[in-house]
Amino acid sequence: MGHVWKMVGQRLALGVLTLFIVSVVIFGATELLPGDLARELLGQSATPETLAALRAQLGLDQPAPVRYWNWLSAFLQGDFGVSMANRRPISDLISARLGNTIFLALYAAALAVPISLTLGILAALWRNSIFDRAANVGALSAISFPEFFVAYILVLWLAQTGLFPSMVRINPTTEFGDKLYMAFLPALTLTLVVTAHMMRMTRAAIINLLASPYIEMARLKGLSPMRIILRHAVPNALAPIINVVALNLAYLITGVVVVEVVFVYPGLGQLMVDAVSNRDIAVVQAVALIFAAAYVLLNLLADVLSTLSNPRLLHRR
Amino acid sequence: MTLILYFALFIVVSIGLGWGFRALLTAVTSGEVKRAFRDMPISASFGLLVILIYVLVAFLAPVLAPFPEREVVGARYMPWGAPHYLGTDSLGRDMLSRMIYGARNTVGIAFATTALAFIVGSILGLWAATVGGWMDQGLSRFVDALMAIPALIFSLLLLTIFGTSVLTLIIIIAMVDATRVFRLARSVAQGVVVMDYIEAARLRGETMWRLITREILPNAMAPLVAEFGLRFCFVFLAISALSFLGLGIKPPTADWGSMVRESATLITFGDVTPLLPAGAIALLTVAVNFVVDWQLHRASGLKE
Repeated sequence: MGHVWKMVGQRLALGVLTLFIVSVVIFGATELLPGDLARELLGQSATPETLAALRAQLGLDQPAPVRYWNWLSAFLQGDFGVSMANRRPISDLISARLGNTIFLALYAAALAVPISLTLGILAALWRNSIFDRAANVGALSAISFPEFFVAYILVLWLAQTGLFPSMVRINPTTEFGDKLYMAFLPALTLTLVVTAHMMRMTRAAIINLLASPYIEMARLKGLSPMRIILRHAVPNALAPIINVVALNLAYLITGVVVVEVVFVYPGLGQLMVDAVSNRDIAVVQAVALIFAAAYVLLNLLADVLSTLSNPRLLHRR
Repeated sequence: MTLILYFALFIVVSIGLGWGFRALLTAVTSGEVKRAFRDMPISASFGLLVILIYVLVAFLAPVLAPFPEREVVGARYMPWGAPHYLGTDSLGRDMLSRMIYGARNTVGIAFATTALAFIVGSILGLWAATVGGWMDQGLSRFVDALMAIPALIFSLLLLTIFGTSVLTLIIIIAMVDATRVFRLARSVAQGVVVMDYIEAARLRGETMWRLITREILPNAMAPLVAEFGLRFCFVFLAISALSFLGLGIKPPTADWGSMVRESATLITFGDVTPLLPAGAIALLTVAVNFVVDWQLHRASGLKE
């Protein structure tokens, strides 16, 4: 068992290193500007005084490594700085919205994972049937639809009839049941977008295994096709399935941006889009770092879980 | 209910079109090409037809469009009917004409971006694989680090820093996407550079540029071409998403993403107009995906 934990430890160390590099990239991207941020924000007509004032306010009069260190250490202590647009502390802006976004992503995941695994297993079971072909074409189409197209079709179809609200008005006092009801359409949109990919990969992972001798053996023993897939193929296909599930959850992180805007959902994505159009770089950096960290962590989790789900690695001598 | 009916009708019509187009293609071609077209699934034939129509519309936009792209020609939000067959938008511009010009602008910009991403990504990727050593390692690890940030989030960050104009949009999306192309080009080329004929070419004293373009590229071309289709879809969707968020291509340029954004409020009144530009985006990406799927299936030789 020891070497597995050593492997997991190595992955974790690599993840921390990746996070560090990502934070350097997110912070350092502003250094790519030909002039500096203050000149870019104020334009060519700025007077030297206002330039100097903005530089002092942004801390641009200090060397970049010092600024990076201050930014990162404050960030790790939960202090994200202040917004440049409205001078409010970024942690106030983020705190409520972060919870909403995580809620939406988990909601979508709770819908998407069971649906796509079931569909994937059924498509593998009835491969090359009408069901499989329809599912394949449907999945390929769903992958290529823009999120807002799916969202507006759902609005037209489900919100027009008054079944579900097309705008999500939730605040910290909203009851959990109401939240589930109001966030149903955005969650369903995200579900449809990620289900296709997960389903295709589940089907491919299982079909890959069906050619192996031990499946042949099980078939010759006279087991039912359903039992062969559930008891014999799925456990061995677990590693790729876990991987694709985690990758798609990571995809949800970026998918929420567009969906939140469509449904006016008070989440991080909405905040980020507003900050980008205001060129509020402090907010954008903070939100980008949160999104990127979630993305890296989910990938790391996929890595660790798919290692742990492989008995050949667990019981190696 | 009617929505489902329309959807079913649409599927039946597209299967019919795909079938008809395949029959047409097999009738006018011969030999090897004919065989390829004959074994083509209906989805791929439908995809080819759609791509052809889009390209034609994009090139013939000024001929086809009944009204100019940017001119206010009527009242705001006019309903469907002659002479404005798809009504007018929030300023009174003709929707149908803007849809047609949108084919030119949106698809053109996405194509230019993908091409730029491919030129930069594949040249750097092939070069890194050819040179090898610490340059290769450094560049690859740098690209790995960039790829650890989700593409949309990274593009949003860069757009904040450099401002939102069409040119910066093209460059930013191309650079973010070039990292993905780089990875593929490098891994494909790594299989090629170890071959004997490359060794011979090196000994002959060929320059780096000739080595990359004349010796390695022809052998690495097939996977790169398939990747081009997929990358085009990603770029097209990314640009549309950014335009939809109000951060990409901006009015008065007719663009499908921003047209959805402008007319989005109509959907709450049960008007399907916002779905038209969104559907135009979806249809093209589906079509390209169908064709790429067919090509990948052919290239891999997988028949199950």
